[in-house]
Amino acid sequence: MDAAAIHQRLKARFEAGVGDCDLQAKDPFIRVDPAAIVDVCRFLRDESDLQFDSLSNETGVDYKAKGVIEVVYHLYSYPHRHAIVLKVDAPRDTPVVPTVETVWKAANWLEREIYDLLGVTFEGHSDLRRLLMPEDWIGHPLRKDFVEPEEYHGISTRRESLLR
Amino acid sequence: MSLAGFEIEVERTGATGLETEEMTLNMGPQHPSTHGVLRFVVKADGEVMREAIPDVGYLHRSIEKISEKVGYHGFMPYTDRVDYVAAMFCNQGWGMVCEKLAGIEVPKRGEYCRVIASEFNRIASHLLSVGTMVLDIGAATPFFHAIREREKINDLLEELCGARLTYNYMRIGGVAWDLPPGFAEKSIAFLDAFEPLIDEYNDLITYNTIYLGRVADVAAISRADAINYNLVGPNLRASGVKYDVRRDEPYSIYPELEFDVPVGSGEEGTVGDCFDRYVVRIREMVESCKILRQCFKQMPAGPVIAKVPRKFKPPAGDAYVRVESARGDMGWYAVSDGSEFPYRCKVRTGSFAAMAIIDKVSRGLMIADLVAVIASLDIVAPEVDR
Repeated sequence: MDAAAIHQRLKARFEAGVGDCDLQAKDPFIRVDPAAIVDVCRFLRDESDLQFDSLSNETGVDYKAKGVIEVVYHLYSYPHRHAIVLKVDAPRDTPVVPTVETVWKAANWLEREIYDLLGVTFEGHSDLRRLLMPEDWIGHPLRKDFVEPEEYHGISTRRESLLR
Repeated sequence: MSLAGFEIEVERTGATGLETEEMTLNMGPQHPSTHGVLRFVVKADGEVMREAIPDVGYLHRSIEKISEKVGYHGFMPYTDRVDYVAAMFCNQGWGMVCEKLAGIEVPKRGEYCRVIASEFNRIASHLLSVGTMVLDIGAATPFFHAIREREKINDLLEELCGARLTYNYMRIGGVAWDLPPGFAEKSIAFLDAFEPLIDEYNDLITYNTIYLGRVADVAAISRADAINYNLVGPNLRASGVKYDVRRDEPYSIYPELEFDVPVGSGEEGTVGDCFDRYVVRIREMVESCKILRQCFKQMPAGPVIAKVPRKFKPPAGDAYVRVESARGDMGWYAVSDGSEFPYRCKVRTGSFAAMAIIDKVSRGLMIADLVAVIASLDIVAPEVDR
């Protein structure tokens, strides 16, 4: 099933919860309202003609100028061999998105990583802890306005350039 | 002399029989069988694990953040460090996602060079995986048989691109150099010598009773779990899902090549156990040899790299590509804002998902089986942390 058909199925079922579909993009994507994301994902997984049984990738992108953090879901269906991309916008100062861990277990670690590096809180997540950075790290490194601290536990993060 | 007062309590029994106590063990971060630096917190009752919680991040080098600072061309050598055991695929993934963003087509011969380099790298990576798996389980000899052949591949790849581990061979739009003179002959000679050796591995390891005792029926992952946790590549195929990006979402020149996709069948135990994950890799090496022979036969003449501007500025937008790495479907996501620097880059690697499932599969296993599970999932720690 192609992106336009998937968008129609979703639009018919969820109406306002599902936004536009960009068919011109390299990978066509559908915008989804944060409040509807879990139901949309469950619908995409369970319908027999959609069967998106795998969450290939979930990541976040910080759009500082727009004031949003975009959470991007790349879904794939093994039975039907088709793919779709979902995008959810969360406000940058209080980014909260419901977790899809209940739909795909793969989301557990992917969301922990997004929480760690971009500071998006996933509501209802079973184990929302930092994944890659140390537990006492301050800030979220992949945010565009992140400033690297000068030292961490007395270890300097600065190094003189050797090329001079 | 009387020993009264010095008795040692050897057995404590409670209302429900022998009384036991849970103990927390720390495995890693420095441990020879963790293939890099990673740590497990193991809660065990005697020899049986209640849970093994992975603690990752020791090898986090912020590669994704670096991409935002160094530009599209400049990021290529950094991609080698994502997965240094199979660096060609990371090169290819980054190359492909940039080409998708900018709409560049790679010349035919360039694609052949890429596939030749990648398939050699796949054999090398699987050899290391198979060799270290046997080593972790306790057999030292077969490791050298595997590493010996891997060295020969390293020699070939060194001739191709000057490096033995972090290749930096591919470029956006193709590859850096054409095959050196005599490379095809040397490669065919290597394949002629290597293919019979796979039978040697089977004799030495695969159907060895002691080895089977350690890996058959251990940590079986069901088909549904494998998909739900997004296991990819050999780990997914071992659970019986016949899916290979090269065949099902074809890229590069794979549609022109003939090869099988081996899947686990539970021949020595349950589908998706450690043995299946191991044997799928052995069989994939045979397929890679087949692909390589076809490549050398069909390879056309021509340029190996497309014309790509030095100031590479793909139009704004995002793209996601899948590459069948040695550790499975590797996803590269890149966002461009139209400038010289990527706005965001994300790599979703095979080991990442494999690490996430260890917590689940390790429950109820013996502590000694944990190393078999890690090795069979072919986890490369830097790939988890990036």
